[in-house]
Amino acid sequence: MSASQSFVARTGSLFHRYANPGRFLRLGTRLQPWLTWPALFFTLAGLGWGLFYAPADWQQGDSVRIMYVHVPAAILASSGYAALAVCGLLSLVWRHPLADLAAVEIGPVGACITALCLATGSLWGKPMWGTWWVWDARLTSVLVLFFLYLGHIALIRAFDDPQRGYRAAAILALAGAVDLPIIKFSVQWWNTLHQPDSITLTGAPTMSSSMLWPLGLSMLGISLGFAAIVVARLRAAVMESRVRSLLSSTRRRGENA
Amino acid sequence: MTRKTRRLWLVIACVACLGAAAALMLKAFSSDIVFFVTPSQVVSKPPPADRTVRLGGMVVAGSVKREKNGETPIARFEVTDGQAAVTVRYEGILPDLFREGQSVVAVGTMRPDGFSASEVLAKHDETYMPKEVAEALKKSGKWDPRFGPPPSAESWNTMTVQDAKKNAPAAPATPP
Repeated sequence: MSASQSFVARTGSLFHRYANPGRFLRLGTRLQPWLTWPALFFTLAGLGWGLFYAPADWQQGDSVRIMYVHVPAAILASSGYAALAVCGLLSLVWRHPLADLAAVEIGPVGACITALCLATGSLWGKPMWGTWWVWDARLTSVLVLFFLYLGHIALIRAFDDPQRGYRAAAILALAGAVDLPIIKFSVQWWNTLHQPDSITLTGAPTMSSSMLWPLGLSMLGISLGFAAIVVARLRAAVMESRVRSLLSSTRRRGENA
Repeated sequence: MTRKTRRLWLVIACVACLGAAAALMLKAFSSDIVFFVTPSQVVSKPPPADRTVRLGGMVVAGSVKREKNGETPIARFEVTDGQAAVTVRYEGILPDLFREGQSVVAVGTMRPDGFSASEVLAKHDETYMPKEVAEALKKSGKWDPRFGPPPSAESWNTMTVQDAKKNAPAAPATPP
Protein backbone atom coordinates (compact mmCIF):
# COMPACT_ATOMS: atom_id res chain seq x y z
CA MET A 1 0.00 0.00 0.00
CA SER A 2 2.99 2.27 0.55
CA ALA A 3 3.66 2.50 -3.18
CA SER A 4 0.13 3.65 -3.94
CA GLN A 5 0.20 5.99 -0.99
CA SER A 6 3.28 7.75 -2.26
CA PHE A 7 1.78 7.79 -5.76
CA VAL A 8 -1.37 9.47 -4.49
CA ALA A 9 0.65 11.93 -2.46
CA ARG A 10 2.95 12.68 -5.38
CA THR A 11 0.10 13.18 -7.85
CA GLY A 12 -1.64 15.37 -5.33
CA SER A 13 1.36 17.61 -4.82
CA LEU A 14 1.86 17.81 -8.60
CA PHE A 15 -1.71 19.06 -9.05
CA HIS A 16 -1.31 21.47 -6.18
CA ARG A 17 1.87 22.89 -7.64
CA TYR A 18 0.60 23.35 -11.19
CA ALA A 19 -3.02 24.14 -10.52
CA ASN A 20 -3.21 26.45 -7.57
CA PRO A 21 -5.43 29.39 -8.48
CA GLY A 22 -2.68 32.05 -8.35
CA ARG A 23 -0.32 30.03 -10.54
CA PHE A 24 -3.19 29.21 -12.89
CA LEU A 25 -4.03 32.89 -13.20
CA ARG A 26 -0.46 33.76 -14.23
CA LEU A 27 -0.25 30.77 -16.59
CA GLY A 28 -3.71 31.46 -18.04
CA THR A 29 -2.95 35.10 -18.75
CA ARG A 30 0.12 34.09 -20.71
CA LEU A 31 -1.65 31.18 -22.43
CA GLN A 32 -4.82 33.01 -23.48
CA PRO A 33 -3.58 34.76 -26.66
CA TRP A 34 -1.89 31.53 -27.76
CA LEU A 35 -5.25 29.80 -27.58
CA THR A 36 -7.60 32.50 -28.86
CA TRP A 37 -5.80 33.62 -32.02
CA PRO A 38 -4.78 30.18 -33.34
CA ALA A 39 -8.34 29.03 -32.55
CA LEU A 40 -9.82 31.79 -34.71
CA PHE A 41 -7.26 31.23 -37.46
CA PHE A 42 -7.64 27.45 -37.70
CA THR A 43 -11.42 27.50 -37.34
CA LEU A 44 -11.81 30.06 -40.11
CA ALA A 45 -9.26 28.26 -42.32
CA GLY A 46 -10.79 24.82 -41.73
CA LEU A 47 -14.41 25.91 -42.14
CA GLY A 48 -13.59 28.15 -45.12
CA TRP A 49 -11.76 25.31 -46.83
CA GLY A 50 -14.44 22.78 -45.94
CA LEU A 51 -17.45 24.90 -46.81
CA PHE A 52 -16.19 26.50 -50.01
CA TYR A 53 -13.26 24.55 -51.50
CA ALA A 54 -13.49 20.91 -50.43
CA PRO A 55 -15.21 18.66 -52.97
CA ALA A 56 -18.85 17.63 -52.60
CA ASP A 57 -19.53 13.99 -51.77
CA TRP A 58 -20.60 11.72 -54.62
CA GLN A 59 -23.85 10.77 -52.85
CA GLN A 60 -24.50 13.45 -50.26
CA GLY A 61 -23.62 16.39 -52.49
CA ASP A 62 -23.06 19.61 -50.57
CA SER A 63 -24.78 18.28 -47.43
CA VAL A 64 -21.48 16.60 -46.57
CA ARG A 65 -20.16 20.03 -45.51
CA ILE A 66 -22.17 19.84 -42.27
CA MET A 67 -19.54 17.29 -41.24
CA TYR A 68 -16.92 20.04 -40.79
CA VAL A 69 -18.96 21.40 -37.86
CA HIS A 70 -20.68 18.23 -36.68
CA VAL A 71 -17.65 15.97 -36.20
CA PRO A 72 -15.55 18.45 -34.14
CA ALA A 73 -18.66 19.29 -32.09
CA ALA A 74 -19.33 15.60 -31.42
CA ILE A 75 -15.73 14.84 -30.40
CA LEU A 76 -15.60 17.91 -28.14
CA ALA A 77 -18.94 17.06 -26.54
CA SER A 78 -17.44 13.78 -25.32
CA SER A 79 -14.03 15.27 -24.51
CA GLY A 80 -15.65 18.08 -22.52
CA TYR A 81 -17.54 15.57 -20.41
CA ALA A 82 -14.35 13.56 -19.90
CA ALA A 83 -12.77 16.78 -18.61
CA LEU A 84 -15.72 17.21 -16.21
CA ALA A 85 -15.15 13.67 -14.94
CA VAL A 86 -11.44 14.37 -14.36
CA CYS A 87 -12.42 17.53 -12.47
CA GLY A 88 -14.85 15.43 -10.44
CA LEU A 89 -12.07 12.98 -9.52
CA LEU A 90 -9.69 15.80 -8.53
CA SER A 91 -12.45 17.40 -6.51
CA LEU A 92 -13.55 14.25 -4.65
CA VAL A 93 -10.11 12.80 -3.93
CA TRP A 94 -7.79 15.81 -3.64
CA ARG A 95 -10.43 18.44 -2.78
CA HIS A 96 -8.88 20.71 -5.34
CA PRO A 97 -10.55 24.15 -5.42
CA LEU A 98 -9.53 24.88 -9.02
CA ALA A 99 -11.13 21.62 -10.21
CA ASP A 100 -14.46 22.75 -8.75
CA LEU A 101 -14.23 26.13 -10.46
CA ALA A 102 -13.25 24.41 -13.73
CA ALA A 103 -16.25 22.07 -13.48
CA VAL A 104 -18.56 25.08 -13.08
CA GLU A 105 -17.09 26.69 -16.19
CA ILE A 106 -16.75 23.63 -18.48
CA GLY A 107 -20.41 22.57 -18.05
CA PRO A 108 -22.18 25.29 -20.06
CA VAL A 109 -19.56 25.27 -22.85
CA GLY A 110 -19.89 21.51 -23.18
CA ALA A 111 -23.68 21.68 -23.18
CA CYS A 112 -23.61 24.27 -26.00
CA ILE A 113 -21.28 22.18 -28.15
CA THR A 114 -23.41 19.05 -27.52
CA ALA A 115 -26.50 21.00 -28.60
CA LEU A 116 -24.60 22.10 -31.73
CA CYS A 117 -23.70 18.46 -32.44
CA LEU A 118 -27.32 17.34 -32.07
CA ALA A 119 -28.69 20.23 -34.17
CA THR A 120 -26.22 19.82 -37.05
CA GLY A 121 -26.76 16.06 -37.02
CA SER A 122 -30.50 16.55 -37.23
CA LEU A 123 -30.13 19.02 -40.12
CA TRP A 124 -28.03 16.44 -41.97
CA GLY A 125 -30.33 13.56 -41.12
CA LYS A 126 -33.42 15.07 -42.71
CA PRO A 127 -32.13 15.24 -46.31
CA MET A 128 -29.85 12.16 -46.05
CA TRP A 129 -31.69 9.57 -43.95
CA GLY A 130 -35.12 11.04 -44.51
CA THR A 131 -35.78 11.81 -40.84
CA TRP A 132 -34.81 14.47 -38.30
CA TRP A 133 -34.37 12.01 -35.46
CA VAL A 134 -34.35 8.29 -34.73
CA TRP A 135 -33.91 6.52 -31.41
CA ASP A 136 -30.83 4.55 -32.35
CA ALA A 137 -28.03 3.87 -29.87
CA ARG A 138 -25.66 6.64 -31.05
CA LEU A 139 -28.23 9.43 -31.16
CA THR A 140 -29.87 8.42 -27.90
CA SER A 141 -26.58 8.15 -26.00
CA VAL A 142 -25.56 11.64 -27.18
CA LEU A 143 -28.95 13.00 -26.10
CA VAL A 144 -28.33 11.41 -22.68
CA LEU A 145 -24.96 13.20 -22.62
CA PHE A 146 -26.73 16.51 -23.27
CA PHE A 147 -29.09 15.88 -20.33
CA LEU A 148 -26.11 14.92 -18.15
CA TYR A 149 -24.55 18.29 -18.96
CA LEU A 150 -27.82 20.07 -18.09
CA GLY A 151 -28.08 18.13 -14.84
CA HIS A 152 -24.50 18.99 -13.96
CA ILE A 153 -25.05 22.69 -14.66
CA ALA A 154 -28.16 22.73 -12.47
CA LEU A 155 -26.72 20.62 -9.64
CA ILE A 156 -23.46 22.53 -9.20
CA ARG A 157 -25.44 25.75 -8.68
CA ALA A 158 -28.29 24.24 -6.65
CA PHE A 159 -26.96 24.60 -3.10
CA ASP A 160 -26.50 27.66 -0.89
CA ASP A 161 -23.24 26.14 0.30
CA PRO A 162 -21.20 25.87 -2.93
CA GLN A 163 -19.05 23.05 -1.46
CA ARG A 164 -22.06 20.74 -1.32
CA GLY A 165 -22.92 21.57 -4.93
CA TYR A 166 -19.34 20.83 -6.01
CA ARG A 167 -19.44 17.47 -4.25
CA ALA A 168 -22.79 16.43 -5.74
CA ALA A 169 -21.82 17.58 -9.25
CA ALA A 170 -18.48 15.74 -9.04
CA ILE A 171 -20.34 12.50 -8.25
CA LEU A 172 -22.71 13.12 -11.17
CA ALA A 173 -19.79 13.85 -13.52
CA LEU A 174 -18.03 10.59 -12.57
CA ALA A 175 -21.20 8.51 -12.76
CA GLY A 176 -22.15 10.04 -16.11
CA ALA A 177 -18.75 9.16 -17.57
CA VAL A 178 -20.20 5.66 -18.09
CA ASP A 179 -22.03 7.18 -21.08
CA LEU A 180 -18.77 8.07 -22.87
CA PRO A 181 -17.69 4.54 -23.91
CA ILE A 182 -21.33 3.83 -24.82
CA ILE A 183 -21.31 6.80 -27.22
CA LYS A 184 -17.95 5.81 -28.68
CA PHE A 185 -18.71 2.12 -29.25
CA SER A 186 -22.48 2.33 -29.88
CA VAL A 187 -21.92 2.15 -33.63
CA GLN A 188 -19.84 -1.03 -33.26
CA TRP A 189 -21.75 -2.89 -30.54
CA TRP A 190 -25.21 -2.52 -32.05
CA ASN A 191 -26.46 -1.86 -35.54
CA THR A 192 -27.48 1.78 -35.75
CA LEU A 193 -28.72 4.17 -38.39
CA HIS A 194 -25.72 6.38 -37.65
CA GLN A 195 -22.67 5.42 -39.72
CA PRO A 196 -19.59 3.91 -38.02
CA ASP A 197 -16.40 5.93 -37.55
CA SER A 198 -14.55 6.84 -40.75
CA ILE A 199 -11.30 7.49 -38.94
CA THR A 200 -10.06 4.57 -36.85
CA LEU A 201 -6.74 3.66 -35.25
CA THR A 202 -6.51 0.37 -37.13
CA GLY A 203 -7.50 1.08 -40.72
CA ALA A 204 -7.01 3.68 -43.44
CA PRO A 205 -9.55 6.51 -43.15
CA THR A 206 -12.51 5.81 -45.43
CA MET A 207 -12.59 9.46 -46.32
CA SER A 208 -10.94 11.21 -49.23
CA SER A 209 -7.88 13.17 -48.06
CA SER A 210 -9.33 16.22 -49.82
CA MET A 211 -12.02 16.18 -47.09
CA LEU A 212 -9.82 14.88 -44.28
CA TRP A 213 -7.48 17.91 -44.30
CA PRO A 214 -10.12 20.61 -43.84
CA LEU A 215 -11.80 18.38 -41.22
CA GLY A 216 -8.50 18.12 -39.33
CA LEU A 217 -8.01 21.90 -39.48
CA SER A 218 -11.49 22.72 -38.21
CA MET A 219 -11.12 20.02 -35.54
CA LEU A 220 -7.91 21.71 -34.35
CA GLY A 221 -9.44 25.18 -34.50
CA ILE A 222 -12.68 24.32 -32.70
CA SER A 223 -10.78 22.36 -30.01
CA LEU A 224 -8.50 25.36 -29.38
CA GLY A 225 -11.60 27.55 -29.31
CA PHE A 226 -13.19 25.30 -26.67
CA ALA A 227 -10.01 25.51 -24.59
CA ALA A 228 -9.80 29.29 -25.07
CA ILE A 229 -13.38 29.83 -23.88
CA VAL A 230 -12.90 27.55 -20.86
CA VAL A 231 -9.61 29.22 -19.86
CA ALA A 232 -11.14 32.70 -20.23
CA ARG A 233 -14.17 31.74 -18.13
CA LEU A 234 -11.99 30.05 -15.53
CA ARG A 235 -9.71 33.11 -15.23
CA ALA A 236 -12.77 35.28 -14.74
CA ALA A 237 -14.11 32.86 -12.10
CA VAL A 238 -10.80 32.82 -10.18
CA MET A 239 -10.65 36.64 -10.22
CA GLU A 240 -14.29 36.83 -9.17
CA SER A 241 -13.75 34.52 -6.18
CA ARG A 242 -10.70 36.57 -5.18
CA VAL A 243 -12.66 39.82 -5.35
CA ARG A 244 -15.46 38.23 -3.33
CA SER A 245 -13.11 37.00 -0.61
CA LEU A 246 -11.37 40.40 -0.53
CA LEU A 247 -14.72 42.19 -0.16
CA SER A 248 -15.96 39.86 2.55
CA SER A 249 -12.66 40.10 4.46
CA THR A 250 -12.71 43.94 4.41
CA ARG A 251 -16.34 43.87 5.52
CA ARG A 252 -15.44 41.54 8.36
CA ARG A 253 -12.53 43.78 9.34
CA GLY A 254 -14.91 46.75 9.25
CA GLU A 255 -17.35 44.98 11.54
CA ASN A 256 -14.58 44.05 13.96
CA ALA A 257 -13.23 47.61 14.13
CA MET B 1 -3.76 4.63 4.36
CA THR B 2 -4.24 8.37 4.21
CA ARG B 3 -7.66 9.86 3.74
CA LYS B 4 -6.84 10.85 0.18
CA THR B 5 -5.84 7.30 -0.74
CA ARG B 6 -8.99 5.96 0.88
CA ARG B 7 -11.12 8.43 -1.07
CA LEU B 8 -9.33 7.51 -4.31
CA TRP B 9 -10.03 3.77 -3.81
CA LEU B 10 -13.61 4.52 -2.84
CA VAL B 11 -14.14 6.53 -6.06
CA ILE B 12 -12.45 3.82 -8.17
CA ALA B 13 -14.64 1.14 -6.56
CA CYS B 14 -17.83 3.14 -7.11
CA VAL B 15 -17.03 3.88 -10.75
CA ALA B 16 -16.09 0.22 -11.37
CA CYS B 17 -19.36 -1.01 -9.83
CA LEU B 18 -21.39 1.49 -11.80
CA GLY B 19 -19.56 0.57 -15.01
CA ALA B 20 -20.18 -3.14 -14.41
CA ALA B 21 -23.86 -2.49 -13.70
CA ALA B 22 -24.22 -0.43 -16.89
CA ALA B 23 -22.40 -3.09 -18.94
CA LEU B 24 -24.67 -5.86 -17.61
CA MET B 25 -27.77 -3.82 -18.30
CA LEU B 26 -26.70 -2.99 -21.84
CA LYS B 27 -25.87 -6.66 -22.44
CA ALA B 28 -29.29 -7.71 -21.17
CA PHE B 29 -31.10 -5.19 -23.35
CA SER B 30 -28.80 -5.65 -26.35
CA SER B 31 -31.54 -7.09 -28.56
CA ASP B 32 -33.73 -4.05 -27.87
CA ILE B 33 -30.97 -1.52 -28.45
CA VAL B 34 -30.27 -2.69 -32.00
CA PHE B 35 -31.94 -0.31 -34.41
CA PHE B 36 -32.93 -2.86 -37.01
CA VAL B 37 -33.22 -6.60 -37.64
CA THR B 38 -31.67 -8.27 -40.66
CA PRO B 39 -33.58 -10.10 -43.42
CA SER B 40 -32.17 -13.49 -42.33
CA GLN B 41 -33.51 -12.88 -38.81
CA VAL B 42 -36.93 -11.98 -40.20
CA VAL B 43 -36.99 -15.02 -42.50
CA SER B 44 -35.88 -17.51 -39.85
CA LYS B 45 -38.20 -16.10 -37.16
CA PRO B 46 -41.02 -14.02 -38.72
CA PRO B 47 -42.36 -11.40 -36.30
CA PRO B 48 -46.15 -11.32 -35.61
CA ALA B 49 -48.07 -9.43 -38.29
CA ASP B 50 -49.22 -6.70 -35.88
CA ARG B 51 -45.74 -5.86 -34.63
CA THR B 52 -43.81 -2.99 -36.19
CA VAL B 53 -40.22 -3.92 -36.94
CA ARG B 54 -37.32 -2.10 -38.55
CA LEU B 55 -35.75 -4.16 -41.31
CA GLY B 56 -32.22 -3.18 -42.37
CA GLY B 57 -30.17 -4.35 -45.32
CA MET B 58 -28.89 -3.61 -48.79
CA VAL B 59 -31.20 -2.95 -51.72
CA VAL B 60 -30.63 -5.76 -54.23
CA ALA B 61 -29.38 -4.54 -57.64
CA GLY B 62 -32.06 -4.75 -60.30
CA SER B 63 -34.86 -5.48 -57.86
CA VAL B 64 -36.38 -1.99 -57.66
CA LYS B 65 -39.76 -1.72 -59.41
CA ARG B 66 -41.60 1.59 -59.35
CA GLU B 67 -45.26 2.07 -60.25
CA LYS B 68 -47.84 4.71 -59.61
CA ASN B 69 -51.19 4.46 -57.91
CA GLY B 70 -52.79 7.72 -59.01
CA GLU B 71 -50.42 10.33 -57.58
CA THR B 72 -48.65 8.19 -54.97
CA PRO B 73 -45.55 6.35 -56.14
CA ILE B 74 -45.27 2.72 -55.09
CA ALA B 75 -41.87 1.04 -54.88
CA ARG B 76 -41.11 -2.64 -54.55
CA PHE B 77 -37.58 -3.78 -53.84
CA GLU B 78 -35.66 -6.58 -52.21
CA VAL B 79 -33.54 -6.05 -49.12
CA THR B 80 -30.74 -8.47 -48.35
CA ASP B 81 -28.02 -9.11 -45.79
CA GLY B 82 -26.21 -11.54 -48.06
CA GLN B 83 -27.98 -14.61 -46.67
CA ALA B 84 -31.67 -13.94 -47.18
CA ALA B 85 -33.77 -11.42 -49.08
CA VAL B 86 -37.13 -9.91 -48.19
CA THR B 87 -39.41 -8.08 -50.61
CA VAL B 88 -40.46 -4.65 -49.37
CA ARG B 89 -43.44 -2.66 -50.60
CA TYR B 90 -43.50 1.05 -49.88
CA GLU B 91 -46.02 3.71 -50.78
CA GLY B 92 -44.57 7.21 -50.80
CA ILE B 93 -41.50 9.22 -51.71
CA LEU B 94 -38.19 7.49 -51.13
CA PRO B 95 -35.28 9.46 -49.57
CA ASP B 96 -32.68 11.03 -51.88
CA LEU B 97 -29.99 8.55 -50.93
CA PHE B 98 -32.14 5.55 -51.91
CA ARG B 99 -30.58 3.56 -54.74
CA GLU B 100 -29.68 0.00 -55.64
CA GLY B 101 -26.82 -1.20 -53.47
CA GLN B 102 -27.59 1.32 -50.72
CA SER B 103 -28.23 0.22 -47.16
CA VAL B 104 -31.74 1.11 -46.04
CA VAL B 105 -33.92 0.65 -42.98
CA ALA B 106 -37.60 -0.05 -43.70
CA VAL B 107 -40.08 0.48 -40.87
CA GLY B 108 -43.24 -1.59 -41.13
CA THR B 109 -44.83 -4.98 -40.62
CA MET B 110 -44.20 -8.44 -42.03
CA ARG B 111 -47.13 -9.68 -44.13
CA PRO B 112 -47.53 -13.07 -45.79
CA ASP B 113 -46.81 -11.49 -49.19
CA GLY B 114 -43.76 -9.57 -48.02
CA PHE B 115 -42.75 -6.62 -45.91
CA SER B 116 -45.09 -3.63 -45.95
CA ALA B 117 -43.14 -0.46 -45.07
CA SER B 118 -44.65 2.73 -43.70
CA GLU B 119 -41.29 4.53 -43.78
CA VAL B 120 -37.99 3.98 -45.56
CA LEU B 121 -34.76 5.50 -44.21
CA ALA B 122 -31.53 5.52 -46.18
CA LYS B 123 -28.45 4.55 -44.21
CA HIS B 124 -25.24 6.31 -45.10
CA ASP B 125 -22.00 4.37 -44.71
CA GLU B 126 -18.68 5.69 -43.43
CA THR B 127 -17.38 6.45 -46.93
CA TYR B 128 -16.76 10.06 -47.94
CA MET B 129 -15.65 10.34 -51.54
CA PRO B 130 -15.65 13.19 -54.09
CA LYS B 131 -17.86 12.66 -57.11
CA GLU B 132 -14.93 12.56 -59.55
CA VAL B 133 -13.17 9.82 -57.59
CA ALA B 134 -16.37 7.76 -57.49
CA GLU B 135 -16.75 8.22 -61.26
CA ALA B 136 -13.13 7.18 -61.85
CA LEU B 137 -13.54 4.03 -59.74
CA LYS B 138 -16.71 3.15 -61.62
CA LYS B 139 -15.06 3.81 -65.02
CA SER B 140 -12.05 1.68 -64.19
CA GLY B 141 -14.37 -1.18 -63.27
CA LYS B 142 -13.06 -1.38 -59.69
CA TRP B 143 -16.42 -0.64 -58.15
CA ASP B 144 -20.08 -0.84 -59.02
CA PRO B 145 -22.10 0.97 -56.33
CA ARG B 146 -25.09 -1.26 -57.10
CA PHE B 147 -23.28 -4.27 -55.65
CA GLY B 148 -22.05 -2.92 -52.36
CA PRO B 149 -19.48 -0.80 -50.57
CA PRO B 150 -16.40 0.64 -52.34
CA PRO B 151 -13.02 -1.13 -52.44
CA SER B 152 -10.40 -0.74 -49.71
CA ALA B 153 -9.95 2.90 -48.76
CA GLU B 154 -6.17 2.85 -49.30
CA SER B 155 -6.75 2.47 -53.03
CA TRP B 156 -8.64 5.73 -53.37
CA ASN B 157 -8.52 8.02 -50.33
CA THR B 158 -5.43 9.88 -51.50
CA MET B 159 -6.72 10.15 -55.09
CA THR B 160 -7.32 13.78 -55.97
CA VAL B 161 -9.92 15.20 -58.30
CA GLN B 162 -7.11 15.85 -60.86
CA ASP B 163 -5.95 12.20 -60.70
CA ALA B 164 -9.52 11.08 -61.15
CA LYS B 165 -9.98 13.29 -64.23
CA LYS B 166 -6.67 12.11 -65.68
CA ASN B 167 -7.52 8.43 -65.15
CA ALA B 168 -10.92 8.77 -66.74
CA PRO B 169 -10.43 10.65 -70.03
CA ALA B 170 -13.39 8.83 -71.55
CA ALA B 171 -15.80 10.67 -69.26
CA PRO B 172 -18.51 12.25 -71.38
CA ALA B 173 -18.62 16.02 -71.15
CA THR B 174 -21.47 16.99 -68.86
CA PRO B 175 -23.69 19.73 -70.25
CA PRO B 176 -23.25 22.94 -68.27
